[in-house]
Amino acid sequence: MRVALFVTCVNDTLYPHTGRAVVTLLERLGVAVDFPLAQSCCGQVQFNTGYRRETRPLARRYADVFAGYEYVVTPSGSCAAMVRDNYPRLGEPAAAAVAPRTYELTEFLTDVLKVTDVGAYYPYTVTYHPTCHGLRMLGLGDRPRQLLTHVKGLTLRELEGADECCGFGGTFALKNPAVSAAMGADKARHVEESGAQAVCAADNSCLMHIGGTLARRGSPVRPVHIAEILASTEGDVR
Amino acid sequence: MTGAREGERARAPRTFLGMPRTRPAAFPQAAVAATEDATLRGNLTHATHTIRGKRAAAVAELPDWDRLRAAGAAIKDDTLRHLDRYLEQLEAAVTAAGGHVHWAVDAAEANAIVTRLVRETGADEVVKVKSMATQEIGLNEALAEAGIRAYETDLAELIVQLGDDLPSHILVPAIHKNRGEIRDIFRDRMADWGRPAPAGLGDRPAELAEAARLHLREKFLGAKVAVSGANFMVAESGTMVVLESEGNGRMCLTLPETLISVVGIEKVVPTWRDLEVFLQLLPRSSTAERMNPYTSTWSGPAEDDGPRDFHLVLLDNGRTDTLSDQVGRQALRCIRCSACLNVCPVYERAGGHAYGSAYPGPIGAILTPQLRGTASALDASLPYASTLCGACYEVCPVAIDIPEVLVHLRTRVAEGGTYTVRGTKAVIKPAKGHAAERAAMRAARWTMDRPRAYGAALRATTGTRRLHPRRLPGPGKAWSATRDLPPVPQEPFRAWWRRTRGAGS
Repeated sequence: MRVALFVTCVNDTLYPHTGRAVVTLLERLGVAVDFPLAQSCCGQVQFNTGYRRETRPLARRYADVFAGYEYVVTPSGSCAAMVRDNYPRLGEPAAAAVAPRTYELTEFLTDVLKVTDVGAYYPYTVTYHPTCHGLRMLGLGDRPRQLLTHVKGLTLRELEGADECCGFGGTFALKNPAVSAAMGADKARHVEESGAQAVCAADNSCLMHIGGTLARRGSPVRPVHIAEILASTEGDVR
Repeated sequence: MTGAREGERARAPRTFLGMPRTRPAAFPQAAVAATEDATLRGNLTHATHTIRGKRAAAVAELPDWDRLRAAGAAIKDDTLRHLDRYLEQLEAAVTAAGGHVHWAVDAAEANAIVTRLVRETGADEVVKVKSMATQEIGLNEALAEAGIRAYETDLAELIVQLGDDLPSHILVPAIHKNRGEIRDIFRDRMADWGRPAPAGLGDRPAELAEAARLHLREKFLGAKVAVSGANFMVAESGTMVVLESEGNGRMCLTLPETLISVVGIEKVVPTWRDLEVFLQLLPRSSTAERMNPYTSTWSGPAEDDGPRDFHLVLLDNGRTDTLSDQVGRQALRCIRCSACLNVCPVYERAGGHAYGSAYPGPIGAILTPQLRGTASALDASLPYASTLCGACYEVCPVAIDIPEVLVHLRTRVAEGGTYTVRGTKAVIKPAKGHAAERAAMRAARWTMDRPRAYGAALRATTGTRRLHPRRLPGPGKAWSATRDLPPVPQEPFRAWWRRTRGAGS
C-alpha cells in the first residue's frame, strides 16, 4: 500500500520529529510513504478566522498535490477535520473530491490498516487528551486509546475533564488570551493531577498550548504526539 | 411582516438586545474580569458542571434521542421555510379565539405597543414571568421610562432585578451569585420593591425561597396586568405555550385581568403534534427533567376564568434578516434551553455578562451578531468568542451547528459581503481593526501557495533558531505571557525528507 503523508505546516516547521515518527511507523507496518514536496498548508487558520478567500487557493493546492493518492494520512486531527468537513463547504469541487480520502493517523491505522497493536514500546506513564476536532468533527472515539493500550510498557492514566477543550483554538489563543490561558491552566492542572510523565494527543497545535502552559508552570510533564509513542520500539528506548 | 404599525415610522428600525447602559467592551476585554474573579469562576464551574451532568443522564435515558433531535430540527426548518404562512394562520386563530395580535418590527415598536396596552388598562405596574424576548427588547427599562413598574417573578430574575444586575444565563439568570450574596440582596433591597425580607434572614435555600414567595405573593394578588413571553405558539389553534418550574408563571398567566405576551416570530410551530417533540427535547436539555413541572397553554381569553383580555405582540427585531441567511438561519431553531452554555468552556470562564446581550454563551455568539449586526466592536468580537470545540453542537437539541455559523459570521466580520439588513440587501464592509490580521492571512496564504517561498520561510525559521526568544514582545505577548514557545528544530521536516530520501515525489 502506498500513501501520501500530509505533514501539515505546523509539524513541518516546529515538529519535524512527529513527521519522521509517522514515516517510521507506517513503513514498519509495510506502508510505502510519499511526501509530495509541493504541499504546504490546508488553510485551517485562514478558514477558521473568517478568511475564506485566502483559504481557497490553499485548498486547490492541497487537491492538486494529493489528487493521485488513494490515501492521504496526516498526524493532525484538526487539519484532517479541516479537509474532511470544511473543504466540501468551499465550493471547490476538486477539494471536495479529495476530502473523503484524507485520514487522521490513528483512524488510518484502526480503520484502513485495521491494526490496534502496532508493535510499539514506550515505558512511561501517559495521559491522553482527545483534541476537540478529532473527538467531535472526525468522531475518533476511542481509536487512539485502543492504540495506546496495546503499547508495551505504557501505563495509561485517566485525565479528568478529558473531553474539555484545552483552550488553544488557533487564533482564539491570541484573540482571547485571558480565557485561553484560564482553560489552559485547568487542562495543565488536570494533566499534572493524572500523575503521568507525558501528555499525549493526536495534534501538535493543542500540545503546543498544553505543553507551553505546563513548561511555564515549571511542570516536568512533557507533551508528546501519539505518533512518536506508536513509532517508538525497544531499540529506541534503552 | 405586514400589519398594524405603531410608533414613529419616520425613524429607521433599530435592533436592540436589552443591554447595557454604556458602550460595551469587546468580548476579550469584557471576559478578563471574570477570569480573574475566583468566586465567580467557582460559582460558574460548580453550576455548569452540575447541570451538564444531569442533562447527560436525562438525555441518555431516551433511546431515540437522536431521532427526536433530528425531528426537532426538521420541524423548525420546515416552519421557518413557510414562516409567513404559519404566522398568518396563527394570527387568524388567535383573533378567532378573541385575542388581539400586534406586529412589532423592532424593539422600539414592541415596547411602544406594550406601553400603550398597559396604559389603556390604567395600571402603573405589571407582573412578569421570565421572558427572553422582553429582555431582548429592554421592556422593563422602557416601561420604567413610561412610569410603569415591572416586577419579575421568577426567583432568579427577582434576584437580578433587586440587585440592579443583569442576567448572565438563560436558564439560571443569577448563576453568578451565591447564596450569601443573594441573602444580602434580599435583606438590603426587598423593602424598596414591596414586602421586606423577614428579619434575621439566613442563606439556606428554603429560607431564601420563602422570602421570595412572601414578597411575590403580594404582587400576584395585586396585579391587573401580566407580561409574558412564550416558548411555543401553535399555529393551528392559536395556542400559547409557556414552560416554567416555579409556578409563578401559572399565577401571572391566570390571575391578572390583562395578559400581554411578547413572542419572537420564530416561536411558532404548525400543530399540537409538533409540540410533542419539543416538550420532550426542552425539559431534558434545559433543566434535565423528564417532564416540565408547569406547562401552561391558552388560546385567547376565557369567559369566566383567567385574563379577560389577551394581546400577542409578534416580534421581528432582526429575525427576518437572520432568516434570509442560508447558513445563519439555523440559529432561529433555538428553543432557549441553554444546554450550549452549560457545556461551553469559554462561557464557563468568561461568564454571561461578557457577551453583552440577553443571549450569552454559544447561542448568543451566533444570535446577537445576526439580530444586531456586526458593526460594534463587541458584536464583531462575538463570533470569535469560541475555540470551535464543538461541545455546543453536540448537546444542541435542535442540532444547530454552532461552529459552522460562528465561522460563517467570522467571514462576515473579516471579509464583509452582501447580507440582508433590515429587510433590504446591503453590502457590509469588513469590520474595523482587522487590517493587520488580514495582511498576515494574505501573506501566509501567498507564501503557502508558493513552494519556493514556503521552503525559504522554513529555512529562515530554523536557520535563526538560536535567536528565537522564549517570550515575545508586542502582539506576541498574547501567547507568551502564559505559555512558553516551543523550541525551533534544527531542520524542517521537508529538509530531513530531502536529505534522507532525495527529492521525493
